[in-house]
Amino acid sequence: MRITLNGTPRDTAAATLAEALAEARLTGRIATALNGRFVPAALRETTPLGDGDAIEALAPMQGG
Amino acid sequence: MPVFYGTEIDSPLMLGTAGYPSPRILADAFARSGAGIATVSLRREAGGGQDFWALVRSLGVALLPNTAGCHGAREAVTTAQMAREVFGTDWIKLEVIGHADTLQPDVFGLVEAARILAGDGFKVFPYCTEDLVVCERLLDAGCQVLMPWGAPIGSGLGLNNPHGLRALRAAFPDVALVVDAGIGLPSHAAAAMEMGFDAVLMNSAVARAGDPAAMAGAMADAIRAGRAAYLADPMERTDMAIPSTPVIGRAFL
Repeated sequence: MRITLNGTPRDTAAATLAEALAEARLTGRIATALNGRFVPAALRETTPLGDGDAIEALAPMQGG
Repeated sequence: MPVFYGTEIDSPLMLGTAGYPSPRILADAFARSGAGIATVSLRREAGGGQDFWALVRSLGVALLPNTAGCHGAREAVTTAQMAREVFGTDWIKLEVIGHADTLQPDVFGLVEAARILAGDGFKVFPYCTEDLVVCERLLDAGCQVLMPWGAPIGSGLGLNNPHGLRALRAAFPDVALVVDAGIGLPSHAAAAMEMGFDAVLMNSAVARAGDPAAMAGAMADAIRAGRAAYLADPMERTDMAIPSTPVIGRAFL
């Protein structure tokens, strides 16, 4: 299955959003969105992935 | 001191966290500024996010995440939802950018996003213009703070429309008002405070100064002086001279 993670296409065997994050070693304080919609941390393990899905995993950053 | 959504903050200076030469200089600037609020953002995790989180936590200030870079209401709402989870606050500096060169707010998208977010329990700090009608709509949407620009973000031009900012203060005497963006010098910040603004938000003026910590201290001094001047009720301006030395008793020579 092919997904996009933070703008980069990648092949994955992950069945859920949580598995995709673990596979990419994205840990710590991050927030996720799937196909433009926010997915709370508590729902990542039960959020299934499909071919072509786009994940955003965002972290704290400097801002004005 | 300013009160935002029922929370009193120890300083009227709100400081951004972007563009400092080093994390150490950022921390020094915050210490010198006495700022009570730091603005932060969210970006794709590329390795530095967790260290930055530790740094901002160590500053001991309230965090105000922004939706910088969002160009539509939907994008801004999603970013706000993500920021609430990451930073553990329902405060959001709502930016919906409408113009690439000036970074002028898209006030239509801003009002739409503000209404959605306020309905979802967010405490919205909208980055807006000084337009009275737009500001009225933002208050109707549920905002209890307004943050009009002084000048375009990062320009350092100061207060482009002092008349408009003064009119905004007069129109909404009981609303927390913050000049956000465009500050370049301490005199700009002092001028905003002299008008009766509750706070000033800046980033580049400090971060891009040759000595950010020293500039942070200068800004804090200017803001303190500006606030004290406002509370001291400045004299009225006149177009013609009024002699300050008594005229009565003047010698006839």
